[in-house]
Amino acid sequence: MDETMILNDLLQVKDHELAAQKKIVLRCCLAAGCISSNSKGVKEQLDKAVADAGLQDEVEVRGVGCMKLCCDGPLVQADPQNKLFIKVTPENAPAIVSALKGGKTNLEMGDPNASFFTKQLSIVLANSGIVDPERIQSYIAADGYLALHEVLNEMAPKDVVEVMVKSGLRGRGGAGFPTGLKWGTVAKSSGAKKYVICNADEGDPGAFMDRSVLESDPHSILEGMAIAAYAVGADQGYIYVRAEYPLAISRLQLAIKQAKQMGLLGAGIFESPFNFNIDIRIGAGAFVCGEETALMMSVEGKRGTPRPRPPFPAESGLFGCPTLLNNVETFANVPAIYRQGAEWFAGIGTEKSKGTKVFALAGKIKNTGLIEVPMGTPLRTIVEEMGGGAPDGGKIKAVQTGGPSGGCIPSQHLDTPVDYESLGKLGSIMGSGGMIVMDETTKMVDVARFFMEFCMDESCGKCIPCRAGTVQMHNLLDKILKRKATARDLATLEELCDMVRNTSLCGLGQTAPNPTMSTLRFFRNEYEELLQPDTFNPPTHGAAARHESATK
Amino acid sequence: MSAIATTAEISPAKPVANLKHPSGDKRFKILEVHMKKNQFRQDALIEVLHKAQELFGFLEDDVLLFVAHHLKLPPSRVYGVATFYHFFTLKPQGEHTCVVCMGTACYVKGADKVVAAVEALARIKPGETTPDNKVSLLTARCIGACGIAPAVVYDGTVTPRQTPEAAVAQINQWMKP
Repeated sequence: MDETMILNDLLQVKDHELAAQKKIVLRCCLAAGCISSNSKGVKEQLDKAVADAGLQDEVEVRGVGCMKLCCDGPLVQADPQNKLFIKVTPENAPAIVSALKGGKTNLEMGDPNASFFTKQLSIVLANSGIVDPERIQSYIAADGYLALHEVLNEMAPKDVVEVMVKSGLRGRGGAGFPTGLKWGTVAKSSGAKKYVICNADEGDPGAFMDRSVLESDPHSILEGMAIAAYAVGADQGYIYVRAEYPLAISRLQLAIKQAKQMGLLGAGIFESPFNFNIDIRIGAGAFVCGEETALMMSVEGKRGTPRPRPPFPAESGLFGCPTLLNNVETFANVPAIYRQGAEWFAGIGTEKSKGTKVFALAGKIKNTGLIEVPMGTPLRTIVEEMGGGAPDGGKIKAVQTGGPSGGCIPSQHLDTPVDYESLGKLGSIMGSGGMIVMDETTKMVDVARFFMEFCMDESCGKCIPCRAGTVQMHNLLDKILKRKATARDLATLEELCDMVRNTSLCGLGQTAPNPTMSTLRFFRNEYEELLQPDTFNPPTHGAAARHESATK
Repeated sequence: MSAIATTAEISPAKPVANLKHPSGDKRFKILEVHMKKNQFRQDALIEVLHKAQELFGFLEDDVLLFVAHHLKLPPSRVYGVATFYHFFTLKPQGEHTCVVCMGTACYVKGADKVVAAVEALARIKPGETTPDNKVSLLTARCIGACGIAPAVVYDGTVTPRQTPEAAVAQINQWMKP
């Protein structure tokens, strides 16, 4: 391939890829969840079974990214037969291949028309489970890098920002800051050197959307970052990804290598004067590095401690230069917005929350996996219709969103639409998209302690309210759970929650009390049941008691 | 911390030829090549420590000082970074490692019971290694395998839907003399 790529080359790659497409495609999930259930072995045996049956010219076995229904993995889907095979073992391979030709099998089948799939609307996950994440040609065949070409050749940077503002996209990392506004601020900042950073430090326990996107469709992130870089005037990008995601890292490295070879990253992309390179920075296990200023410290090779804002990263970020920092899912939305237009995107979702949101559905629920739904979808639809409710006929008690920064939404509020404002009103947050379902057996005080322990361990120690406050709150929760606490301890806990929330330096401390506060709000009885009567009589109470006995 | 005591010995005034590690251990050479690939940039410290841990299994003082000297960073900064991030370990690991994911999804599905079972069997707490150096028990914050919770990583292999019994069977196999 020539070093500089032009539109014709891109279209040629696409046509060539589509022409080489075989009649039948067997898609085999090769994302981390299914790999742990030996889907690599499944793919090997499928390849062998196809060869044994002499069907190489007709059938393609394609390793793809996440096919969403993780609980039933490994998954294999046959197109155009629209057959979904679930819990596949390598031994099933010959039977699957014979089923393609109408052979009868007694394999376990999933229903591709179940509401788990049909209620989804895929923008971010459009390529997930369809394209081969390890081949750039597969992404190009799905119109990949066309948006980048259009942006570089037909739009001025300020128009690119304008489209993003119109689309109404808000940051998918949790806080929901308008993406267009952020891009505009960085674009306006003066500075010869600017950076674009992708936050792939998905630290929320219970969230795996970003991992799946990186493993399933890494090129969409690269394309999204390149468009953003052009809009703000940056020439260097970093992807900060967790060390806990080795597969995501290796697929990103491969994707960057392939994009460079094709001239889609590097100098003079699409014969324009635009240069852009991306490097990967691997995290080392610190939750606080999801906070933007801490993340940038970590990219600089330092301890990941946050610093006060302003100055905001848009003015002074990485190495003191203006920096644009967006989440994986935010960048994954970008190519689609420029391919299909801001109006199309703004037409999806609610008035203030546009587009879709990906959730990682897990916990005490029948169908665990990834779902992408339009903003404003009621929680009940997600949990009961798509998720299939609690397993074994149990009753759902609460849904936890936003991880250690979020809250528990009780079952009576399941009709709440999922958008930034509605979840905020209930004392939770949208968060990055972890959604953990809890049933009647889950003890809410225990959950609160679990998250507080998490925040206590992950506090970077820079500011005192968070460093000391989380320890004290954890001790109090522990005391309550051990049935040693009194009403006075509960009052202290509430006071501390308020203090830590209002005085901590960064998001970690400011939101650390959220799980405790939301469970106190909706499940206060569970706390009170564990309290002991006050045996110690403080002077004021003692005086009141003496007064009482004297008047008797 | 012995790192402070040895700081004087590696003052940057020493000639470059003496930068080689006196032990002659080839792994130091590989680490040096890796640092060179990163142009000895100070902001590559975390990448270099990742490589060092991959080579040595854990980060001993000697390795940290070696890195500090080559990147021209104060040892306090290198030690500070190595201790700040959970991924880096300053203690040697056992022959086998059992990492129990304690993310929310795994926790509500009983990961705490898996940890308790392994603790009782191997008589170690998370972060510790058995006295015979066979098994290390670790917990992870979330490995992103929530769809198949509870997940346990045995020697780098993610294993889905673990029960206390399954974990005990695996550890027993490792602990066999």
